[in-house]
Amino acid sequence: MESRSPVVRVRDLRKSYGTLSAVDGVSFDIAAGETFALLGPNGAGKSTTIEILEGYRDRSGGEVSVLGVDPHRGGLDWKARLGIVLQTSGESGNVTVTEQLRHFAGFYPNPRDVDEVIDAAGLRDKAGTRISKLSGGQRRRVDVALGIIGRPELLFLDEPTTGFDPEARHQFWDLIRGLKADGTTILLTTHYLDEAAQLGDRAGIIAGGELIDIGTIDEVGGAEARIPLVRWRDASGTVQEERTAEPARVVAGLVANLNGAEPRELEVIRPSLEDVYLALVRGHDTQGGAAAARGDEAPDASPTSTKGAA
Amino acid sequence: MSVLALGLSRVSYETRLYFRSPDTLFFTFFFPFIMLGIFTAAFSSAGNFGTAADGTGGVSVGAYYLPGMLAAGMLLSGVQNLAVDIAGEKGDGTLKRLGGTPLSPLSYFIGKIGQVFVTAILQAGLLLLVARFLLGISLPSDPEKWLTFAWVFILGVITSALLGIALSAIPRTGRSATAVVIPIVLVLQFISGVYLQFTNLPEWMQNLASVFPLKWMAQGMRSVFLPDTFAAAEQTGTWNIVGVALALGLWLVVGLVLSRVTFRWIRKDS
Repeated sequence: MESRSPVVRVRDLRKSYGTLSAVDGVSFDIAAGETFALLGPNGAGKSTTIEILEGYRDRSGGEVSVLGVDPHRGGLDWKARLGIVLQTSGESGNVTVTEQLRHFAGFYPNPRDVDEVIDAAGLRDKAGTRISKLSGGQRRRVDVALGIIGRPELLFLDEPTTGFDPEARHQFWDLIRGLKADGTTILLTTHYLDEAAQLGDRAGIIAGGELIDIGTIDEVGGAEARIPLVRWRDASGTVQEERTAEPARVVAGLVANLNGAEPRELEVIRPSLEDVYLALVRGHDTQGGAAAARGDEAPDASPTSTKGAA
Repeated sequence: MSVLALGLSRVSYETRLYFRSPDTLFFTFFFPFIMLGIFTAAFSSAGNFGTAADGTGGVSVGAYYLPGMLAAGMLLSGVQNLAVDIAGEKGDGTLKRLGGTPLSPLSYFIGKIGQVFVTAILQAGLLLLVARFLLGISLPSDPEKWLTFAWVFILGVITSALLGIALSAIPRTGRSATAVVIPIVLVLQFISGVYLQFTNLPEWMQNLASVFPLKWMAQGMRSVFLPDTFAAAEQTGTWNIVGVALALGLWLVVGLVLSRVTFRWIRKDS
């Protein structure tokens, strides 16, 4: 693969259904080996975007290149380089986990070892069980196992851990970190912002069909939205908050003012990806969707109020 | 793997799935056996079919219905089985998943048609064994008859399979598939001489049935398993084996074109 050119390149992507614009001018790149998280509320255009990249839907406008190929014209050779984990499906599954993986491995020129994938997906105990007999979370692992069996260069994960318990989610993250270490490029959509923060290198936030922000996980939303918040209860019992880039200095000042006493209910809160995300999406909503929420006020004000309400 | 090798691996995968589906086993694989059993039990007391005035000729009820059940098996294994199966795969996401893999649609078709072939052969073989050894029906010994059997069977099964693929495009959801497909298949069986004696049906119904392939499969099978004296009762007074070949050949082309035109991994929405 050409090392310099992005694995995924999207420019001014548009998709409309009649007068409704599902995706309205989205642009982003995903570099080789990168994990890119596409985040946004339901109906924001995430799945439409990802399905256009997978070749399942045709776009209404814009340019898309996936592994150097227009997905609209992607042939079998192109599909052999992709791994696709769709949103949950309800297949009847009258085959065992091993049978299904062995069968799908046969589709690909250079598949992973079936037993290794079964182990990596945590399905060893269920290898001989019919898929129809598995729990929702176990079936989802089979979906992921089928997505990676072909040793894909680019893996699409569309809400991969919906319905997982916390332990299963952590095991899944380990599996994905292993794939990242192998150099797999990953496009992830998820509603779990901690998942995006754990796995993603960069995130794009999509709302109302538009990409309202994009950046590395610890930069998305802008520096303003990342300013920590110091919160404590003062002598009169009122909750006080101060947003500051120097929280330690503020805390030290508090302690000095109290003559060395401990401030009550002291917290230093760094806005998480979830805070930043909610601020961006809410900011976008209040602006009626037309203008991107990149202005200073909206993302600045909202994280405070978000935290205040929490 | 090549398209063909992958297709063959699909045949074994699909056949395994077929035999693991209780619905399919009952309504497709064993249905002709059940019907043959019911007809034999119900009408045996009425005596033989087609006995001449002098008491010669004629065949047992089971022997009379055997060709119809073989034809029904071909139709069920192809049309009913695949139309319901593929509509279900469309509905439950199987096709969407396959469409995202480097599996060629041609391999997929080879898998489906191969599955129909394997299961239809097992079904017909078992039907003949049951007929011969359980119902004591004597089978033809003339190799020429078996040659006719072979080409009618092969042509009929491939045509059925292709028509099944084409018909799978009609149900809007996987769940409605049986409701759409089974009435079509059932009506065809009634007018085409599977359950009712074809030669006793009114002429307009015979003509209507002649438009569809099942009538020709049943006629081809009758020409193999019934004594030649029965040919006189057919529409043209002969087995019209050329007509069988032409009608099935034509429907094969129709099935090929329709399945090629209508088949999609998923319904694109643009």
